Formats: sequence, structure tokens, C-alpha cells
Amino acid sequence: MLSLTPKKVSERSAIKINPAKTCQPVGAMYAALGVHKCMPHSHGSQGCCSFHRMYLTRHFKEPAIASSSSFTEGASVFGGGSNLKTSAKNIFDIYKPDIIAVHTTCLSETIGDDIGSIIQDIDIPEGKYMVHTNTPSYVGSHVTGFTNMVSGFIKYLSVKSAVKNGKLAVFPGFVNPGDMREMKRILNYLKVPFTMLPDTSGVCDAPMTGSYEMYPKGGTKIEDIKKLGECELSLALGEMTSEESANELKRKCGVPYKALPLPIGIEATDEFVMQLSRFSSTEVPYDLEEERGQLVDIMLDAHPYYHNKSVAIYGDPDTVLGIAAFALELGMVPKYLVTGTPGIIFEQKAKELFSKYGVENYIAKAAGDLFELHQWIKNDPVDLLIGGTHGKYIARAENIPLVRAGFPIIDRYVHSYLPIVGYKGAIRLVELILNAIMDKQDAECNEEDMEMVM
Amino acid sequence: MEARERLLDKYSARVFKNRKDHVITKAEDATEIAANSRTIPGIMTNRGCCYAGCKGVVLGPLKDVAVITHGPIGCAFYSWGTRRHKAKGDENTKNFLEYCFSTDMQESDIVFGGEKKLRQAIQEVVEIFDPASIMICSTCPVGLIGDDINAVAAEAEKLYNRKVIAFSCEGYKGVSQSGGHHIANNGLIRHVIGTGDRPVKKYAINILGEYNIGGDGWEISRVLKRIGYDIVSVMTGDGSYAELKNAHLAELNVVQCHRSINYIAEMLKTKYGTDWIKVNFIGVSSMIKSLRDMAKYFGDEELIAKTEEVIAEELEAVSEELEYYKSRLKGKTAALFVGGSRSHHYQKLLKDLGVETVLAGYEFAHRDDYEGREVIPFIKEDADSKNIESIKVSPDEAKYKIRLSETKYNELKDSLSLEYYEGMIKEMENGAIIVDDLNHFETEEFLNLLKPDVFYSGIKDKYVAQKGGILSRQLHSYDYSGPYASFKGAVNFARDTVMGIYTPAWKYVTAPWKTEPTLEGTLTGGEQSA
Repeated sequence: MLSLTPKKVSERSAIKINPAKTCQPVGAMYAALGVHKCMPHSHGSQGCCSFHRMYLTRHFKEPAIASSSSFTEGASVFGGGSNLKTSAKNIFDIYKPDIIAVHTTCLSETIGDDIGSIIQDIDIPEGKYMVHTNTPSYVGSHVTGFTNMVSGFIKYLSVKSAVKNGKLAVFPGFVNPGDMREMKRILNYLKVPFTMLPDTSGVCDAPMTGSYEMYPKGGTKIEDIKKLGECELSLALGEMTSEESANELKRKCGVPYKALPLPIGIEATDEFVMQLSRFSSTEVPYDLEEERGQLVDIMLDAHPYYHNKSVAIYGDPDTVLGIAAFALELGMVPKYLVTGTPGIIFEQKAKELFSKYGVENYIAKAAGDLFELHQWIKNDPVDLLIGGTHGKYIARAENIPLVRAGFPIIDRYVHSYLPIVGYKGAIRLVELILNAIMDKQDAECNEEDMEMVM
Repeated sequence: MEARERLLDKYSARVFKNRKDHVITKAEDATEIAANSRTIPGIMTNRGCCYAGCKGVVLGPLKDVAVITHGPIGCAFYSWGTRRHKAKGDENTKNFLEYCFSTDMQESDIVFGGEKKLRQAIQEVVEIFDPASIMICSTCPVGLIGDDINAVAAEAEKLYNRKVIAFSCEGYKGVSQSGGHHIANNGLIRHVIGTGDRPVKKYAINILGEYNIGGDGWEISRVLKRIGYDIVSVMTGDGSYAELKNAHLAELNVVQCHRSINYIAEMLKTKYGTDWIKVNFIGVSSMIKSLRDMAKYFGDEELIAKTEEVIAEELEAVSEELEYYKSRLKGKTAALFVGGSRSHHYQKLLKDLGVETVLAGYEFAHRDDYEGREVIPFIKEDADSKNIESIKVSPDEAKYKIRLSETKYNELKDSLSLEYYEGMIKEMENGAIIVDDLNHFETEEFLNLLKPDVFYSGIKDKYVAQKGGILSRQLHSYDYSGPYASFKGAVNFARDTVMGIYTPAWKYVTAPWKTEPTLEGTLTGGEQSA
């Protein structure tokens, strides 16, 4: 497995090998699926759209709808305006969404299609909407695309208002529907009136009912996006994913925002809960306190199995930092943090986090790849890997247990239904980590050392 | 009203005008279909692009080649490990299939050009991996910004003393994956095939258009090797640059996927005189026919006898299980919508199992795949496909060899369908529906109208069908199972379908409280009490 990867790390300036990111539009497509009765539309050649739908479907094991402008060579040379116009006509005619959310690809970005102007020329049916964002694949990553699409909805729909509605705008970040559900559960515990954008719960984890619904029950309502401008405050969860969208709402509608890390692990969840409690002037209910106490109880119970264990974490920037923080809380040693998403802020945030715990011996790299991570591991191994599916080859090659968390996970089921955020999510992560470590011990210890009780 | 009419009726006049020729009902007198034309924008096609056809399908499986995707990260990422073309390296052959190589173009590369980065990327790949060959695949922006990847490849070939080939397979070229197949075929015949000189043995063949999905190619090769064939190369499942170089030395080409590789089959015939026959290794009866056809081509008594012996043994090994699965499947109906060949190939296997095909279609096949190669002279090339280069080859003075005497050739021509493919439609039953470039709307409508027991399709519509209560088995990825080809594969396929139809979860779709009341009450004084 990966036997051609040499131990010696060589300087690379051009070739990316086994990336830890993908391109913008798939993030935009995912964000658009989190709006109720929305058709994500990919303005480019159709291969992108098929690839992105394929990836979302493989991660969620659910349908992922989206349409494409289906560029031909002619359109690529002379512009894709008529392709987008024809698309809009056909989509409203045949698929009847309430809103079409257009994103772009490297093709339409390179030729410089002016989507805003094209949309202005389109005859949009009464009561329907069409919004867009620019998602050039050669900038940032899928996380950037997600952020851009969320901002696109705000730019087009949210209205500035002098009257406030007492609500909190919540930007959940690039997380699974299971995480969004958990965030909403906590928001409800604290009696916070809120609008979450996007919200893919009920869309990307829709139930089996025997009849296919193109637009499932879930998703943020258009009316609620419009009223985001009436919110008192917005909460950007995951600074690197959500802050830009919260900032957009501030710029456009004057809604102030607070940026917090993704509520992964105990301290970040505490911060999230405290923030909500302050916002709604509601005491933290016992039920939530009980969950937190259970988490701490488990952390104490099981600490011998993960204490001082070293771990490599890879994936999207906010997720990686969130898991790294939790690993530190558990007494583990996060040795390597890798995100494919570029941005020096990731490395700065990692530095802040590690200095808080007085840890110096670590590598955190943005715009990194799994090939290099593997090389580091060959030189100085770790006890555990945490990240998406693509790390399983390293896990097998180096015999390191792997905990699957983040995006994309295309080789396991159920994961997207359950959270990794909140106290509940932290409890789940501890279980996944323990199972991985303890299964390995059971599989590999000497027979005479097999333990009945652990 | 017939299903076809009921469906088309729902379209606007504009869309109707386009789609009516792509959706037909099989009848004796109506077999012409529109295909390989541009996709309607916004229709929600299942199609992919030229890059997917070139890199994802044809070149990707070549294990000893480092394929570098020149473009932003997505294209390389999505085609990394997602098509299940299996390969195994050995001490002489490196296997790059676990790796994904991309130049990960950034904004500055779009502005100032990406050639410099591509050159550097090639150097780094050579230094780290020392691959037998490097192939470069371009993505959408590359053609637009004018990077000359051919020049970079030629320069690198000299510099590093190994084969470096550029493929201009930008996603917007052509109308589907199909253009990418053609581009890949051209590159391989131009730069690879014909450059090797391994000695071949008796019954030397190439297997064309077989990508070893889920181990299909290995299962086919297992049987062919038992019979005694010398497999010179497989294009391109578990294939390699090293093997492919010798492909011109085979005596016969057997073509599995006509759409993706017929260009090479034709060019091998013109340039080296190698005959080809269309085979179908999917399903027991098709497999047997294909093996007999191959033996007949060589006309060698010993080979024919050995073929029958192997057929008998293989059949013996699977027949009991197949009979059982047949008893579970008999009378079921199926719809098939796959890329450019499987929608046809699996019909025979389904028939073997007693399953009737009520609808079949291709994403990107051409009219000849539907109607047979005899229509090729009548296919009009439209503006969208004209830009896919069609190369002309001529007989190679040194290496051209006539395999069969003219008499022998003519004798075999009709019984073996030499250089011929009959297409999908001829084999279908009257009344069955044939759809080209089936879209999401049509998928939903046809599934509702025809209510097949199984929908064999791809990942994007699998869960659409399943949510609607219809089993969907993927015929691209085999739902991570396989092999499905040849004798053993037929058993796997039948087992997987039976498993899907009879899995207990279908019984639980409707919650009991939807059909049985849970609130029991009597009316007392106008009030209901529980």
C-alpha cells in the first residue's frame, strides 16, 4: 500500500499528490442544498456538476440534485450567457424549484462570464428567485466555495432592517446534517430563536418514505434568509469557514457577529453554550449540564487508553482545529495537522492552540497534502489518524488505526447522521477514538495478554 | 397512451422537439435514434465530460503511468480511486493507482500561464517516482489560457528520456465523456502502440475496452488463459504502458466496450492488419458465444476442443447457483441506464436469469452503439464534435501483416461479425423503450410509469430510485462488489440483485401507524377519549 512513497521528504513546489482538499463548487453545491426548494446550478461544463453530485452522494448515501449549464466548446469561447438563460428556463419549467443558486467553475471564471448581468436579463417567474456566487476552482478549496455560496444568498436576499426580530443568525460551517441537528438541539435547549444558514438536515439525511421528493422537507426557508437582516446577532461557527459570511451580513445589513470555533470538544462547546445562554438570557438547563457531566465522566474513565497517544489530523481547517483542540483536552498529542485548504490563518490558529497547552513539538500545515503527511509519519509515526476516507491508505500502509471524521467519508455508512459537535458529538468522538485504539490492542496483543475487562 | 408519449407530453415544445428523437419505442420499423448531440442546459443530465472519458476511463487504469492532471485540484481529486479499475503492480511494474497527481493550478497560473508549473511538476514526479511513462491530461482552463502542453511533453520526453504524452481533453470538448475516449485512443495509437517487441505465443490476442472494474478483466483473463490464449495487452484494465507497446503484435483484437475503444480497433486493423471481433464477456451465454467465436477465428482444432472443455467445466461450476438465483428472479423487469456499453451487455445476462428489460439507454453512446455499425456512413457529424480530432493511419510498412487469407476472411466475416457490432437495439424486444442521455426528470417519470423491479444505473440516481421504492444496483461501480463478468461474475451479479430485491428493509418502509390506528376511542357525549 502506497509503497512508492519514499521516506525522504523532498521539496515540492508544483506537484500536489493525494490532496487534502477539493475544489470550490462542491462546497457551494452543498451549501445550496441547505436551502429549502433550491436547485444548485453549476455554470460550467457538465463534468464538474456530475463529479460534485457524485461526491456528495457518496458521502451522504443520498440523492444530491444539481443542474449544469453544459458548456460546449462554442460557449467556452463566446461566453455561456445563453446556456445559463436556457438552463433557467428549463429548470423552472421542469424541476420547479423556488430558487436557483448558481455557482461557477474554473471554465466560466476563466472566460469571465458576468453572471450578475446575465441573471438580470433572465425572465424569472413570479415569486421565484435566482442567486449566484463566484466559485473559481483555482482559488481556495471546497470550503471557500461553501462560504462564497452562503454569502451569495445573503447578498441577493437578506434585507437591512431597522426592526429587529430577536433572532440569532447561525452559520454552522461545513459540517454534516447530524452536526447541524445537534447545534439546533442545543439552540433549542437554550431557548434561542434562530435562523441557521445553510441547514442540510432533512435534506442530506432525509428519511426513506417510499416516495422520492426532489425537495425534501429540510433546508433554510427563503423568507428566513431575507429576514437575516433583522437578526440581533450572528454567530459564525468555524472562523475560517463562516466568518466571511457573517461579515457579509454585517456589511449588508449591519448585523454584528461573533466568530467562534466549531463546537467540537468540551471547551469550544462550553463557549458555544455560554454564548447562547448570554444571548437568550436563559440558564443552561440541567439536561445539557448532565450531558457535559457525562462527557467529563467518560473522559476520566477512559483516559489511560488515549493519554499521551500521538495523533495526526487532516481535513478541513475548522474541523481539524476543532478535533485537535479536543485531542489536547483528552491529553492526547496532536503531532501533525494538515489541511489542503490554503490560508496562513490555519497555521496561526494552530500556534495559538498549541501554545495554550504548552505543546511545541508539532507540525501544522495549510495547503498540505496526504503524501507529505505520510512521509512525516514514516519518519516519526503516530498512534492514531483522524480524518476522512482518503487517509485509509496511510492507515493500512503504516498500521495506524483511523477514526473517520470530517469530509469526505465515502467508505462508511451512518457517519453523517450523527454529530461530532456538542457534548454528544464529543462523547461519540471519544467512543470512536477508544474503539479504534482498543480494537488494535485486542487484535495485536499476545494471546496471554488478552484482556477480558478493559 | 404509451409511456413514451406520456413522458414527452410533459415537456415544453422547445424541449419536446429536442428530446423526441432521443426517446424511442422499439418497433420493427422504428430503430433510428438521435445520439451524441449536445446536452440541453439545465436538464440534469447524468453525463460527464471529455476529461472524465480520457483520464478517468481510458488512461487512468494504466498502472505504470503517472497521470498528471493539469488544472485546479477538483478534476484530479474526483477521479482519484472512484472508478474501480483494479490493478496490481509487481517487481517490474510500478502501480500508481493509489496516487493522485495534480498541478493544483492557482489564480496566478491562470493569469500568467501554467506551463512553468507543469514543467516543474513533471520534474518532481520523475525525481520522486521515476515512472515508466508520464501522461498529462488537461482540464477546462488549460485550453482557454493557451498552455501548450504538447510542447511541454515533448521537451520533458527528451529531458527525462521516457515517454511523456499530452492529452488535450478539456472538459468542454465534444458533448460528453465520448470525446475523451477518442482523444485517449489517438494518443495511445500515436505514441505507445507499436513501439514494443515482445515475442508472442500462439493465439495472441488483445482485449480492448475492458477496464477491470471490480476485477472483471481478471476473471475474463482467468478463463482465456485456461484455454491457452496469450493476452498481449488489455486496454486498459490492469493494463500498463509496458504491455500496451506490444499490442500491434497480437493476432486478434476482441472488443468488449465498443464505444470507448473502437477507434483503436479500427486503427490497429488499418495500420497493422489485426482483425477484430465484438465480444461480450457479460453473462454466461454471451461468454460462451464469445469464446466460441474467438476459437472459430483461429480455426484451430486443438483450441476449439480446449474451448469446449473449459466451457463445460466453468458451466458446471456455476450452473447450480445460477439456477437458484434464476428461480428467485424469473419474471422480474429491469431498466438499464449506463454509460456507453453496459446497457447492452447486461441484457443478455438478465435474459439468462429470466429478467425482462423494459427500458435501456446510454449516456453518451453514438448511433452505431444503438443501431449497429452499418449506420456509420450516415451519421452526420455536428459542430460540437467536429473539434475532436479524427486521425488517419496508414499501413505500417514493416509491421503490417495480413492475418487471414481473403477467402478465409470472407468465410468468417458474417458468421463472426468481423469488424462489426450490431448495436443494442436489435437485441431488444418490441415495445421496450430506448432513451439516449436520460435525464433526472425522465428517470423519475419512467420509473413511475414502468415500475421496473430493478434499475441498473449509476451513483447519482441510485438513491433517487431507492427513495422511490425501487431497487437500484450500480452498473458502473457494481456497488463495490464484482467481478460481474464471465462465469463467476454472473453468479456475483445474480446474487447481488437477489440480495437487493429480498432484503427485509423494504418491508419496513411504511410505519405501522400509517396503516393501523393507534388511537382507540369511543364517542361519549360528543368528546373523544383515548
